[in-house]
This record gives sequence, C-alpha cells and structure tokens, in this order.
Amino acid sequence: MTTSTIVVKDLSQRGFGFRENLGRWDVKYSPYVFISPFFILFVLVGLFPLLYTGWVSLHAWDLLGGQGKWTGLDNFTFVLHQRQFWVALRNTLSIFLVSAIPQLVVATAIAAALDTNLRNKTFWRMSVLLPFVVMPVAVTLIFGSMFGERYGLVNRTLAEVGFGPIRWHTDPLASHVAIATMVNFRWTGYNALILLAGMQAIPRDLYEAAAIDGATWLRRFFVITIPQLRPTIIFVIITATIGGLQIFDEPRLYDQNGLGGEDQQWMTMTIYLYKLGWTQLNFGRAAAVAWLLFIVIVAIGLINLAITRRIATSEGPAT
Amino acid sequence: MSALSSFSRRRAKARIQQRPGALVYGFLVVILVASVFPFYWSFLIGSGDAGTLSDTSLSWIPGGNFVANARSVVDNESVNFWKALTNSLIVSTVVAASVVFFSTLAGFAFAKGRFSGQKGLLIFVIGTMCVPTQLSVVPLFIAMSTFGWTGTLGAVIVPGLVTAFGVFWMTQYIAQALPDELVEASRIDGASMFQTFWHIALPAARPAAAMLGLFTFIMAWTNFFWPFIALNQNNPTLPVALATLQANYFVDYSIVLAGVLLATIPLLILFVFAGRQLVEGIMRGAVKG
Repeated sequence: MTTSTIVVKDLSQRGFGFRENLGRWDVKYSPYVFISPFFILFVLVGLFPLLYTGWVSLHAWDLLGGQGKWTGLDNFTFVLHQRQFWVALRNTLSIFLVSAIPQLVVATAIAAALDTNLRNKTFWRMSVLLPFVVMPVAVTLIFGSMFGERYGLVNRTLAEVGFGPIRWHTDPLASHVAIATMVNFRWTGYNALILLAGMQAIPRDLYEAAAIDGATWLRRFFVITIPQLRPTIIFVIITATIGGLQIFDEPRLYDQNGLGGEDQQWMTMTIYLYKLGWTQLNFGRAAAVAWLLFIVIVAIGLINLAITRRIATSEGPAT
Repeated sequence: MSALSSFSRRRAKARIQQRPGALVYGFLVVILVASVFPFYWSFLIGSGDAGTLSDTSLSWIPGGNFVANARSVVDNESVNFWKALTNSLIVSTVVAASVVFFSTLAGFAFAKGRFSGQKGLLIFVIGTMCVPTQLSVVPLFIAMSTFGWTGTLGAVIVPGLVTAFGVFWMTQYIAQALPDELVEASRIDGASMFQTFWHIALPAARPAAAMLGLFTFIMAWTNFFWPFIALNQNNPTLPVALATLQANYFVDYSIVLAGVLLATIPLLILFVFAGRQLVEGIMRGAVKG
C-alpha cells in the first residue's frame, strides 16, 4: 500500500515540463475557481445584504431621501415601543403554532400510512404532494374565497351542522386558523414525504423483533418509529420555523388591503416590515424589524430544538 | 436456530409486510380529496359568474363561463397575464439553470477536489443555509434602486442565481455517486479539471442535478415577496399578476379563481411529467438533511 503511493508521487514529481506544471496548478487552483462563482454571488446577494441590514437599522433612512444621520439604536427602541410590533409578534407566533402543530401530527399520520405496504405507492405519494405545486398566492385566493364571513363555503357548511358563523376576517384567532389552513394545505404532504423517508431508514429488524414480542402496530409506532424519527422531526421543525415565522404571502392576500386587517388581526412581522419600509418609507425601522425577526427565528429555533430533544428522548428507549 | 423461532420470525415478518386495511386506504382517500378539492372548487367558481360564490343554492356542477372568465383575465390590461407568464418562465428557467450549473461546479470541487480551507468553506455554506434570506429585502431594494434595476427581471433573477442548499445538495451527491478512481483516470488521461467536470462529473450528477433544477424552478415560480417588492404591475411575474387581479376585481371571485387556475396550469403540467422525480428528490434530500 505505502510503496505504491510513493511510486505514484515519484512519477508525478518527475516531470518538470510546462504541461506538468500546468497540470499541478490546475489541480491545486481549479477548485477555487469552481467554488468562486457561488461565493462571489453569495457574498453579494446573500451575506452583504444581511449585514447591511444591520447598518441601515442604525441610521435614519428613508426610501426617497436615502441614508440619513447615525441614530444608534433609536430605530430599535422606537419599534419595540410600538404596540403594532408586539401585535405582529403575537400574530406571527400564533399563526405558526396553529399551523405547525396540527401539520406535524397530520404529516406524521400520512407518513405512517404511506409507510405501510400499499398498492400503487407512487400514486399515493404523488397525491399528497400535489398541493405543493400551487403557489401560495393562488392557495390564498382559493381558500380566501371559502372563508367569507357571510356567504363563505366554510360558514355555510358549519351552519348546516348547527354552528354559528365564525368571523374569519374579524376575530384574530379565527383569521389565524384560516391562514394556517392555507399554509398546511401546501406543506403537510411535503413534510409527510420527508417523514416517510425518515421512517423508511429505520431498520426493519427493530419492527420484526417487536412483532415477535407481540407488540401491536400502535405500540411499535410509539416505541420504535417516533424515537427513531427524532432527527427527521427536528429537521422538519427547524425548516418549518424558518419558513413559518417569515410568513407574508397568505396574510398579504387574505384581504384586499393587504396590511393585516383593520385592527391588525393577522398582521405578521413581515407584513409589519413591509408596512414600515414600503408604505411609511422608513427603511431604518424596517431594517430594525428584519433584525428583530431574525433574532426571534433563532430563539424559537433553539427552543424547538430543546423541546424536541426532550420529547423524543423521554418516549421509549434512548437511541 | 430452532424451527419454532424461525416460524415465529416468519410470522412476524408476514405481519409487518401484510397489505394495509381499509382504514389506511380510507385515510389516504380523505387526504387525496383534501388535496384535489381546492382545484375543483376553483373550477366550480371560476366557471360561474359574479354571483356564484354567494349563491346559497350553490350547485356542485360547474357552469359554462370558464372560457369567458379566463378571457377577462387575459384581456385585463393591468394584469398583464401573458407578460407575467413569459416573465415567470424566463425567471424560473434562468434561476434553475444557474443554480444547477454553479452548484454542480462547486459541489464537484468540494466533493472531489483537495484544497486548503475546504472544510471550513463547506461548513460556511451549510451554516448559511439556515439564514433566512427574506430578511435582506431592505438592502437588496436599496442596491437595486441604486442600479436602476427595480422593475426589471434582473432584480428578481440575480439574487436567485446561487443557493447554499444547492451547493450542499450537489456536494453530498457527487461525493457518493462519483468514484474517485474515475476522476483519477480522467486526470491520468490528461484531462484538465474543467474537462473532468464537464465530461465525467456532470453526467454522473445528472439525476441530482435534475431534481435540484426541478425544485429550484418551483421555488422561483411560486416566490412572491421579493418579486412583489422589486417588480411592478407593468412587468410582473405570475404571483404578482395574481395579486393585481385580486386588487382589481372587487369580490368577483369567478374571474379571480379562473385566473388562479390559469396560473396554476403550467406547474400542474410539470407535476404530471416530473411529479415522480419530485417525490424522489424530496425523500432523498430528507435522508441527507
């Protein structure tokens, strides 16, 4: 083994001609050339804007006048003293919880159903992914037409089974449920497929051993599947958190004004950011909200991670 | 191993592999109906007239106005439907092609190259995947205004040209799908690194590249927030045009939903042809992620 490596090295170092030199340079520096388009573009359109958001947030800065004087943390203190900011935070978290929790439960159930020995597996997998190709804007317009307060399909159906009309565009929690429905329509099947992939990676011997011991399907599911699925569940929750807390499309098109309702019932953080930046033309404050949202996302992500770790380890044997 | 234990083992295996019962199929049918119903609903309302949505004796049979409603969408000058469709096709295609090319190039370098700083740079790429890019809209908008790019497709295309996810995805795939010996052999034959990339790595990475392209195309097609800020009614992408449609027609959902269906058809066609690959790609990505 060792000798052969040395021989190869000797061969490669023998030639000192132009071609050999060029070849060595090629091997050594080509990788940098290959990764540079990504890094150059990423620094320009990803990293720089993110850091520059911080710079803008420390200045008086408006859309028309551009950069103004240095104001330190004034934009942050202003925003944090606004009732609207806290309402936006409440709405964002509420919509996130109302959508993420049922979504995770249903997605896990779908994944478990898809993980059985089905006929026409591909058909069923494709069927749950179908909503994913509908753009959120379209989803919102479709569901928006069902959630009308007076003539909406949902309220009419509820009335038939004896429930009073729900004020989907007036009551904050009701509007959050409606918006969460739109989010879940598009993403539940997608996440079910990710969980399914995780389930299929679980060694089948585990199930066999449990079945020999007489464990029922339900018991196998809670004792083997869920604990083994922990990394996948964490992955799904983290991506759902990053995407969910930035929600904009659905609340933007939930009514025709697009500013989150008359009393900010469904005004989310990103809607608030948009409002500050593009209707009040105050970029300094909008940038401050962007950073605060970033901090919220990181914080919620960490909390989720801690909770998931805990739940997954307390159920069944440690993995 | 005794005969008894091999018997019980076989029985356990059979129990796990048995076909699921009606309950499982029933549940999946409910999910299927929930997935398809909104499409049917859009067609039901989109084929009616302005009064259909609030009609208390709503019939579940579609009406005959779909073509007329679709025509009012297309003919509406402030919606710019055809321009939006063309723009969406251009933006999504360019973005998908660019992400695939640059990600495969960088993925090949990360997976098969040996250079100093390799590990650190790869960790940097993975770290940036978690940074929410939507938060950069303020400086992006300032930059685009400075260059006079707002309102042009460049403003939407340029920020999407590369993604950290793409580089991560291609690195993972090339590392396991392309044998080192093949790269060595190509080098010994006198091929340059770029020739090796072009003739060896690119063909080997084709399945993963196709999935990445498909996925990126859909993400670009459905993206709303940034195009909504950077573009305007005169030069929109489809989601931006749909937003205009809603603002234009007060309560006339028959026209709005006809427009929604028109805007959804291209991706539905894509789904019919590539849905299987999309399922596969999502599931494969999940195991790695």
